Amino acid sequence: MVEIDWYLALSAILFTIGIVGVLIRRNAIVVFMCVELMLNAVNLSLISFSAYHGDVSGQILVLFSLSVAAAEAVIGLAIIIAIFRNNLSVDIMKVNLLRW
Amino acid sequence: MEIFAFVLLAVLAIATALGMILNKNTVNSALMLVLNLVSIAGLYLLLQAQFLALIQVLVYAGAIMVLFLFVIMLLNVDEEESLLNKFRVKYIIAFLLAVVIFGQILFSLGGVTEMLPEISEEMIRIGTVEAIAEVLYTDYLFAFQMTAILLTAAVVGALMLAQFKAPDEKTEEEA
Repeated sequence: MVEIDWYLALSAILFTIGIVGVLIRRNAIVVFMCVELMLNAVNLSLISFSAYHGDVSGQILVLFSLSVAAAEAVIGLAIIIAIFRNNLSVDIMKVNLLRW
Repeated sequence: MEIFAFVLLAVLAIATALGMILNKNTVNSALMLVLNLVSIAGLYLLLQAQFLALIQVLVYAGAIMVLFLFVIMLLNVDEEESLLNKFRVKYIIAFLLAVVIFGQILFSLGGVTEMLPEISEEMIRIGTVEAIAEVLYTDYLFAFQMTAILLTAAVVGALMLAQFKAPDEKTEEEA
């Protein structure tokens, strides 16, 4: 088997790419997709720990995390649609009502 | 063979993730994310988590990404003119922050890998539907039921949010 370190490194790299995406992109939908990418990176490390411990609990946790991600995607996209209705744009720099 | 498959899938995952955040076109970003999710599903297969690999393709690459594509096409978003036009300082700070977080993750994960137990080949093969269901419907039954409530709440909440009408929209209907 491949050493677990490689899976964890891959997971860390994907998570970091997701963070960079959240920080530099201005399109709300792309920011949202980067959050999904970060969720997936964490899922990958959970599954690799589960496999290398021989314990199924990690995979159960990933199953719950998947359903939470589904709920989050539905709510988030509904919010993005509501923002688009008000602003006619999904640029997050233009959503500044609560900014000081 | 396994190492070859891992390297292939890992490179594919990283390349598509980079392609996603660097692509100007939102639809292309979404399709890159689909490829990324599929390659991660391949990695799940390498880790003997067959059931979750299937669920990953069905739920993530299938259902959630279709939802994303629908919203992108519904909103008809313009392409961003350029990724790096202004606020150059912001990008440098973002990069530095990412490097710091990457270091933190590696540091915190580095100590963990030495504490792994010795396991046999049979113990690795735990990802079947049978093995997951046995634990899910006994030890984690309560959490499973809570997931059902969460999903129902999410559907109701999404309907409420999507029905919301902006003030000017309302006056148009009245007029």
